[in-house]
Amino acid sequence: MPEKPKVAFYWCASCGGCEEAVVDLAEAILDVIAAVDIVFWPVALDFKRKDVEAMPEGSILVSFVNGAIRTSEQAEMAHLLRSKSKLLVALGACAHLGGIPGLANLFDRESILKAVYLEAPSTVNPEGSLPTTHHKDDGHSVELPGFYNTVQALNQVVEVDYSVPGCPPTPRIFRTALQTLLGDELPAKGTVLAPDCALCDECPRKDSKPEQLSIVEFKRPQQLLIDEQKCLLAQGLLCMGPATRAGCEALCVRGNMPCSGCCGPTSRVKDQGAKILSSLASLVAGKEAAEIDRILATIPDPVGTFYRYSLPASLLHRKQLDRASLHEAAASK
Amino acid sequence: MPEIPSSAIESSRERPRIGVYVCHCGTNIAGIVDVRAIVEFAAKLPGVVVSRDYKYMCSDPGQALIQQDIAEHHLNRVIVASCSPLLHEATFRRVLSRAGLNAFLLQMVNIREHVSWVHLNQREATEKTKDLVRAAVRRVSLHKPLQKRRVSINPHVLVVGGGIAGIHAALTLAEAGKQVYLVEREPTIGGHMAKFDKTFPTLDCAACILTPKMTAVGSHPRIHLWTYSEVVRVEGYVGNYKVKVRRKPRYVIEDLCLGCQECVTACVYKEAKNPDEFNLGLSKRKPVYLPFPQAVPQKVVIDPQTCIQFKSGKCKKTCVEACGDRKAIDFTQKETIEDIEVGTIILATGFKTFDPVRNPYYGYGRYANVYTSLEVERLINASGPTAGEIVLRDGGQPKAVGIIHCVGSRDANTNRWCSKVCCMYSLKLAHLIKERTGAEVYNFYIDMRTPGKGYEEFYDRLLDEGVHFVRGRVAEVSDWATHPSEKGRLVIRVEDTLAAFVRRIPVDMVVLSVGMEPQPDAQDVRRLFNISCSTEGWFLERHPKLAPVSTFTEGVYIAGACQGPKDIPDSVAQAGAAAAEAMALIDAQFVELEPYTAFISEDQCSGCKTCIPLCPYQAISYMEEKKKAAINEVLCKGCGTCVAGCPSGSIQQNFFEDEEIFEEIEGVLAYA
Ligand SMILES: Cc1cc2nc3c(=O)[nH]c(=O)nc-3n(C[C@H](O)[C@H](O)[C@H](O)COP(=O)(O)OP(=O)(O)OC[C@H]3O[C@@H](n4cnc5c(N)ncnc54)[C@H](O)[C@@H]3O)c2cc1C
Ligand code: SF4
Ligand code: SF4
Ligand code: SF4
Repeated sequence: MPEKPKVAFYWCASCGGCEEAVVDLAEAILDVIAAVDIVFWPVALDFKRKDVEAMPEGSILVSFVNGAIRTSEQAEMAHLLRSKSKLLVALGACAHLGGIPGLANLFDRESILKAVYLEAPSTVNPEGSLPTTHHKDDGHSVELPGFYNTVQALNQVVEVDYSVPGCPPTPRIFRTALQTLLGDELPAKGTVLAPDCALCDECPRKDSKPEQLSIVEFKRPQQLLIDEQKCLLAQGLLCMGPATRAGCEALCVRGNMPCSGCCGPTSRVKDQGAKILSSLASLVAGKEAAEIDRILATIPDPVGTFYRYSLPASLLHRKQLDRASLHEAAASK
Repeated sequence: MPEIPSSAIESSRERPRIGVYVCHCGTNIAGIVDVRAIVEFAAKLPGVVVSRDYKYMCSDPGQALIQQDIAEHHLNRVIVASCSPLLHEATFRRVLSRAGLNAFLLQMVNIREHVSWVHLNQREATEKTKDLVRAAVRRVSLHKPLQKRRVSINPHVLVVGGGIAGIHAALTLAEAGKQVYLVEREPTIGGHMAKFDKTFPTLDCAACILTPKMTAVGSHPRIHLWTYSEVVRVEGYVGNYKVKVRRKPRYVIEDLCLGCQECVTACVYKEAKNPDEFNLGLSKRKPVYLPFPQAVPQKVVIDPQTCIQFKSGKCKKTCVEACGDRKAIDFTQKETIEDIEVGTIILATGFKTFDPVRNPYYGYGRYANVYTSLEVERLINASGPTAGEIVLRDGGQPKAVGIIHCVGSRDANTNRWCSKVCCMYSLKLAHLIKERTGAEVYNFYIDMRTPGKGYEEFYDRLLDEGVHFVRGRVAEVSDWATHPSEKGRLVIRVEDTLAAFVRRIPVDMVVLSVGMEPQPDAQDVRRLFNISCSTEGWFLERHPKLAPVSTFTEGVYIAGACQGPKDIPDSVAQAGAAAAEAMALIDAQFVELEPYTAFISEDQCSGCKTCIPLCPYQAISYMEEKKKAAINEVLCKGCGTCVAGCPSGSIQQNFFEDEEIFEEIEGVLAYA
């Protein structure tokens, strides 16, 4: 019997949803298990880092890494899996684009640590101790993973062969991606394994979208009784569909919620947020500066809305670091 | 669109073999940019096979150099670092074509306007040039062969505005065999010139030289004259404009009216009661009227604002009776919309005069005997309200007249520009007033500006005629007498800057030489025809020296005072030039358009419809069956709006593809 292809899963800075997504394959997971040999999956199976280190280079067919890279340990694991695998796949929005953890790029390490360990109302930390990478206690010393200033997408740290988009990838996207990867014909390196068209294409509400949209106020879903048939953007809801890769079958929109952009931009777009901005800007009804300002002010949290999943991978990348943090960042490289 | 030969596409896929040519432009560039350093720098950039400099790249030997290199070194990309592409892109593209390369495999780097002319420091200028050259090298490698598009030219021409400029353009074109639509807003053509009695500097009678041209327009078989009409919509592109013209009802059927004016005599109003627009309110007209005796067309108009039939519906309609069997009067006439198709458009919408109420210290509107120059043109005119006699509003004849120059011109508080014609027409009016009344005439001027054939001589003649000239900007016109000789008169207070003291000059009549201003609706007209205006509001020519009657919209030309203050000779010259430009296009039968169009890849488009309303040229439509958007290449002007707007990046623009732009940006920023 020929050897089954070896597959690994790993989890970096993410919520765990992508792991769920794998489990969400339901019965199909049995087919997967039948087809492959899972050699590493910390969330489900008891393998350790040293087991991976012991494997020959390139012996794993595919490693699926979900989560963004925000600590030194995650970067090390990414490099390790890269060297052991023929194909390295970014699974889910965080590995693909930086994801929601990537919004931390609006801050820097110091302010994040300060907020979490010193200022948060629920924090009790009378000594004011902060995480460090070296710790000595009672003559013993431990080394801990370092916390980076900047969150990065997987391909900003190691070479990535493919990405599977979504927060998390829907079972269908994941299944199709798996089939593609285990199949004979591999797509070009760098391909995002989902349709290369925006969501409106597969949206059930597409026909109701008017040719001439003119938005007088952006609304949040709780502010109106949403018409279940009509294009959400036409109802003033900030739907990211026009700027977001299709493939999810418009699950959110079918659930009466606007697309929040988790599948990222199409291959032709470098900056999803900038793209939706430039298209929304043309829909704003106002002509006078004051009226335009009023309408734009109804957009809640613009960065968090337009770049919810893609800030690290975007042209913006992060908020500018002050000089001191810049030096540190350079030194840590 | 002509196919691009497959050999050209092949050559673009080959590894780039780039030639870089750095121009000295005499000392224009080489005086500040270290040209040798650029040549050496470029030679080391990836893909560059040849790198040279030359004194004048655009000269014949310069061009030959590139052509020879293309053949010898099998270049497939060329970069010329020289002046603005506006100047010589066409030149160097032709070089590539002659050498058998697709013209669009060229990239120009503007190191003159963007570098040497704006930098003082040689090192900085040289470094910047390197960045720009590096950017071009990276960009040009991605260039694809493109083909210009050809569109045919509809030979019909639309002329908007029937002043002397529009009249001359229309006649020139019609004489050359073209069909012309002349659209004039007023009930008659003639514009400002029709209001004058004499014209400077020759003093020939305006009507004598204008009327024959006006009647020629009215009767020309190839001119469709639509007066009392306005263009309301313009669609399409060079050679193929679709225009909607609104024809206002004149309540008189033009084909039936003979212009006998029996209806005017018969009107129930025995006396004319309404201010006559043509005479600027200096006389009265009836509700049914002919604007002026030589009006073209010779068709009366009924003004519904003042006609009793329109106001109460209960008029005896003596006019209809008088018209009798001719049945030309039709109170039920409605406005009509005419749809026409033309290939080229000439705008000759003229100017308006400055409203002197804005300069209250000159007393216009407050003192009866303060007039604008245009009003005086009517007063002096033999067919004007006083049959050419200068009778003041208070009935008297002036013994002394003051003509104040530059009213609403050369003034930081109103208009900064010189209106160019006022000195000359002020001299004309001075002469005519003196001739008709024997009055003492004073001209108050800042500078006398009389450049032009026979103009200075005309000024000399006026000096000999005993007209007084006082150099100084008039401070005030008032009726405040400080001396018995000033009682009941208008006093002009002015600093005589040649004599160096302040003078008070009592006169009986003041003439304000009001300047020229853009039409109040110039911005609307500009938008309608998609052209630009200068900051002052004059229609903007494509180039002030080299393309004075062209606009930035292909196939739309401007002539006369709508482009800026000018006199009749200049207006006529421009009108002829605009007609010639239109004919050049028409006779070429087609025009080549840049291939910078945008295109949508159908399988990438999500059908989100964002782009559709964005296109200023209505080039994008939604295909209902496919649920995708598509661009009509002929309508697309390559403005790039939709390209930036498409949220899924599914629109690309030839010559400005994303990769080309990103490579260029990265090239600029990739300094070592
Ligand atoms: C007081 C005075 C005296 C002058 N005397 C002389 C002189 O002696 N000699 C000389 O050479 N120059 C003289 N000039 C300058 C002369 O008036 C201009 O050079 C000339 O009139 C410019 O002609 P034009 O056809 O460009 O504009 P205009 O004469 O202004 O004609 C424009 C025409 O376009 C029409 N129009 C405007 N907008 C529209 C529209 N949207 N749709 C349709 N039609 C429209 C107007 O109704 C008008 O009929 C004098 C100017 C002034 C103010
Ligand atoms: S904007 Fe959103 S709701 Fe509207 S058609 Fe596109 S994906 Fe559907
Ligand atoms: S580039 Fe796009 S918006 Fe501009 S003219 Fe062409 S189709 Fe219209
Ligand atoms: S904006 Fe882009 S995706 Fe949307 S309809 Fe136009 S081309 Fe298609």
